[in-house]
Amino acid sequence: MKTFTYEKARDPAQAAALAASHKDAKFIAGGTNLLDLMKIEVETPAHLIDVNGLGLDTITPTQDGGLRIGALVRNTDLAADAQVRRDYPVLTRALVAGASGQLRNKATTAGNLLQRTRCPYFYDTAQACNKRTPGAGCAAQTPGAVSRQLGVIGTSAACIATHPSDMAVGLRVLDAVVETILPDGSRREIPIETFHKLPGQTPHIENALQPGEFITAVSLPAPVGGAQSYRKLRDRASYAFALISVALIRHPDGSGRVALGGVAPKPWRLQAADDQLPNGASAVMATLLEHANPTAANAFKIELAERTLAAMLAEE
Amino acid sequence: MKFTSPATETIFDTSTVVGKATHRVDGPLKVSGRAPYAYERHDVIDGQLVAYPLGATIAKGRILSIDTQHAKAAPGVHTIITTLEYDELPKDERNVASLFGGDKVVHYHQAIAAVVADSFEQARAAANLITVKYDIEQDLDFDLERQWQQRGTVEPVSATGDFAQAFQSAAKTLDREYRTPGHSHAMMEPHSTLAHWDGDALTIWTSNQMIAWNREALAVTLGLEEDNIRVDSPYIGGGFGSKLFLRSDAVLAALASKASGRPVKLALPRPFVMNNTTHRGETIQRIRIGTDAQGHITAIAHTAMSPTQPGGQGEQATDQTRQFYAGANRLIEHHPVEMFLPESNAMRAPGEASGLMALEIAMDEMAEVLDMDPVAFRALNDTQVDPENPKRTFSDRNFTRCLSEGARAFGWHDRPQTPASRRDGNWLIGMGMAGAYRGSPVLTSGARVRLQANGTVIVETDMTDIGTGSYTIIAQTAAEVMGLPVSAIDVRLGDSNFPRSAGSGGQFGAPSSTAGVYAACVKLREMIAQKLQMPEAELSFSDGAVHSAGEPQLIGTFATDAELVAEDKIEFGKFRSDDHIVSTFGAHFVELRVHALTGEIRLNRMLAVCDSGRILNPITARSQVIGGMVMGVGAAMMEEMAVDRTQGFFANHDLAGYEVPVHMDIPSQEVIFLDTLDPVATPMKAKGIGELGLCGVAAAVANAAYNATGVRLRDYPVTLEKLFPGLPKV
Amino acid sequence: MSPSDVSTAPPSDTDIPCSSVQLTVNGTAQTLTVDNRTTLLDALREGLHLTGTKKGCDHGQCGACTVTVNGRRINSCLSLAVMHDGDDVTTIEGVGTPDALDPMQAAFVEHDGFQCGYCTPGQICSAKAVLEEIRQNVPSHVTKNLMETIPISETEIRERMSGNICRCGAYANILAAITQVAEGSA
Repeated sequence: MKTFTYEKARDPAQAAALAASHKDAKFIAGGTNLLDLMKIEVETPAHLIDVNGLGLDTITPTQDGGLRIGALVRNTDLAADAQVRRDYPVLTRALVAGASGQLRNKATTAGNLLQRTRCPYFYDTAQACNKRTPGAGCAAQTPGAVSRQLGVIGTSAACIATHPSDMAVGLRVLDAVVETILPDGSRREIPIETFHKLPGQTPHIENALQPGEFITAVSLPAPVGGAQSYRKLRDRASYAFALISVALIRHPDGSGRVALGGVAPKPWRLQAADDQLPNGASAVMATLLEHANPTAANAFKIELAERTLAAMLAEE
Repeated sequence: MKFTSPATETIFDTSTVVGKATHRVDGPLKVSGRAPYAYERHDVIDGQLVAYPLGATIAKGRILSIDTQHAKAAPGVHTIITTLEYDELPKDERNVASLFGGDKVVHYHQAIAAVVADSFEQARAAANLITVKYDIEQDLDFDLERQWQQRGTVEPVSATGDFAQAFQSAAKTLDREYRTPGHSHAMMEPHSTLAHWDGDALTIWTSNQMIAWNREALAVTLGLEEDNIRVDSPYIGGGFGSKLFLRSDAVLAALASKASGRPVKLALPRPFVMNNTTHRGETIQRIRIGTDAQGHITAIAHTAMSPTQPGGQGEQATDQTRQFYAGANRLIEHHPVEMFLPESNAMRAPGEASGLMALEIAMDEMAEVLDMDPVAFRALNDTQVDPENPKRTFSDRNFTRCLSEGARAFGWHDRPQTPASRRDGNWLIGMGMAGAYRGSPVLTSGARVRLQANGTVIVETDMTDIGTGSYTIIAQTAAEVMGLPVSAIDVRLGDSNFPRSAGSGGQFGAPSSTAGVYAACVKLREMIAQKLQMPEAELSFSDGAVHSAGEPQLIGTFATDAELVAEDKIEFGKFRSDDHIVSTFGAHFVELRVHALTGEIRLNRMLAVCDSGRILNPITARSQVIGGMVMGVGAAMMEEMAVDRTQGFFANHDLAGYEVPVHMDIPSQEVIFLDTLDPVATPMKAKGIGELGLCGVAAAVANAAYNATGVRLRDYPVTLEKLFPGLPKV
Repeated sequence: MSPSDVSTAPPSDTDIPCSSVQLTVNGTAQTLTVDNRTTLLDALREGLHLTGTKKGCDHGQCGACTVTVNGRRINSCLSLAVMHDGDDVTTIEGVGTPDALDPMQAAFVEHDGFQCGYCTPGQICSAKAVLEEIRQNVPSHVTKNLMETIPISETEIRERMSGNICRCGAYANILAAITQVAEGSA
């Protein structure tokens, strides 16, 4: 871990301004992913801005009947919130499918969105990785590489990493909006759909945030109802990253929404696939994963996604 | 004490302590965080510095240069040692790959430097400032599959009768291939050492299963006299074979301490452990079985291939097949393949763990070919003699009892007779079983016992407790022989200043070390008898007193003037192996469910039945078995060292990438110990148990998955996508 | 109890950004000067010599470093000491002593809920917090109905303890220990 200077931010606007004024500054909240990566020098911030003292840890109603989740609400508290459990159960289910109780007690709403990939070649700094070092190459796509956990869609020749978050898949199916403040004090809202970026030729750019931009909250629209569920498939029964995960909202008329985790560099959802929900799991996945480009080792994720959605539809 | 003939009636046959449920004597220290592990020895010496290692990032080649300029200038750095500053250090015979020194790299994350600094943070940061240039050796083959397809013939490990002819003429045959991936020990405490020099004398506080081996290896590798080395390892955070040998943590700490002139401690960073240390090697195995029409095995062949560093043997997956089942015509072949992956070496039940993963599926398949109950097929092919040499008999083999009692206790008769025939809602239900076999070797083991005036006894031996329960069973043994309560025994382990013991490995630790303590205690009893000028046989020891014809005397009175010290060791005679095979046996039963659509596997319940001779402590023995079962579940369902076949390293080299079972994976577990005694095994008629619990478990899971789904998997781990072909279509 | 001053960073070395932190650890106020990079785990182990909290992976992958901070269990390896100014930390040393074991510690001994002992302090800190989390109705992955009171069940305990890996495989015994404590204090 490289040395860094450390300060506590006073308020969100100041946090954003501080971040813009320091070279290589990073916000730190829960730290559960950032510190992990700093130890192996995948992340090397020169200045850490501790945002834990900013409040932003409440869940409040919005004017349009939704909920605003403070950026620093811990995963445990978000999952346990009575309104979230009642009105957005897919979010609770996604949260408790992730990590462990200890990690969820620290991890925050904003930090979870900003998690970086778990690709083994990203984590080993001796390996070529375009995400760490643009232009270095992608060791995960060389012959003989290990890719069972990696992405099958939305990937590129430069990167086949996945986004590891479960929470983000829940937020995606709920059409959440990320609220931020910029270093100049202005605020903006970024739909979750456009928050995470596909790698293309720039896999090091993972989201829509500008330098210094600070997430203050994530808001949920008014409850959409329906039967909500989240199913995560992994090699052990808990405390593991997803092979795939499926977030599902289904209305009595058969319509609904589907988002996938573990398959792409972002939570994966297409309107056209949602529209296929009345036609069953195969129809949904045929659309949702139509352009999949898996490796030999992870092609099973496509059938697994179809099987999992079918199971969820059958088990309602 | 020499053990030259089978034990007759002994004190342990009427025991009041040995064999009785006894809670761990080191329990209160461990649950309160007070047991000191190697990296925590703030108590032993002041002025400790911290070292952080650097590993090679190629599989094979030469190091052209190591630039330490920036690292040396980093804050807090005292010194840096690099492999180029040393000639290749001599290897102990038990090490296969070089640990340090010279410019040759033979595996990924081979240790090539260590930075010594005031603090961990400083050492770690500085290590990242070192740059290394390599001459990389190209076009190496890390693909065992290709090697298997191209394999030639080898000289058999053993051949009995005429396998080829018998197999050809057998009424029923099976010929299948099986694949097991590499496994990582993944013990919770990474390899750690604190090293300190006093002149030419080296002390290391370390985490090692085999104190004497470690000292011998240090002497060889560092060019020291053994007498000038002290190794201390009282608490060990798991080993499973990974800490049998001298490893880079101790070598680097010792060299770094020498170079800096200060005590230095070093722990291997977790992401470094899998490629820097040893692992259970990957295997490809072929098993052929031929039987007569009734199911008697007439021909059996086991051929295996495994990668190894030059000079090593690889994983000897065929071992158990030489002796487990009957059959007149036999062929055992082993193909070690040189490959510059990290060192393949012993992991819990080396040989058997991988071998039974294959053999016990093959037995299940053969039973199906014969349309026989897999339990009955195994029982039919039980043998009481060495199938390769019928003049040698099994000392005590109750395998068929394991099978029958297990089948009864588990409700085996109620299993789904046809694969994929039982369903509970969305879940397919299956039951499977496997036989378990593991040799019970022993090693010479010594101990010193010191009777105190207050009537307590201190036991000193360099035996280790890696979680196995050594502290407790040794205390029980001494308590039994000296007629004292367990609370009056103070067991001190893991110090090379103590008498050399068997150490912990190969499930030889418990039977050997307790026999050694027994020997020392008998000597102490003889010394007391001498003081009384009576034959030892006419004394009895109980309730803290020595009973003879006259008034009982408190045992402490024999140490009133000075402590009474006895030392002895147990030496095992050749009769054990010349005339007998001493082994342990078991049967594993598993019930599981497979989700009919997703293929997710969940275990419902597990049972192990074990035939291991006298069970010294049913609490710790049971824990060893259920722990082995958990490791077997890992091998069955998730554990795989994922090889990058081009670059030649294990890519999933941390505990997030290499998944081992968590709480949620493990169902209710039951263990039944047969009340057997093996007089040939040790004077206490006890055998090992620590590895038996793992042997066969993975195959029982795979067989149960087959029973649930109809999908026969021969390629571990059994992950959900491999079951898709047998699951209902969407 | 009296406060103590501890340093985990070399005070002479001015190149390294350090900070002063006040912590209450097991009821004792502590003032530490730490290298900003020092984790809470290393501050406890190397600074305060409270070595009961273990470093198994240093990356949040094993749970051996579990402690409670302000009543919540966390992985102390993934938290900087400097970020805990004013916090109340309980480690295994504060749970109980060999002569005065906490009921959870005693239950682990009684049910042999460990072997090598290295994951054990983390398991015990986690176990105590798990029972509290269930009582607070915090949902888990296996909670069936999110709107009802969550029962203390074997499945709930197993899922919630899954962030604490035990390679010796003592899970069944750990479950027995926790269940006993849960029933004893219900």
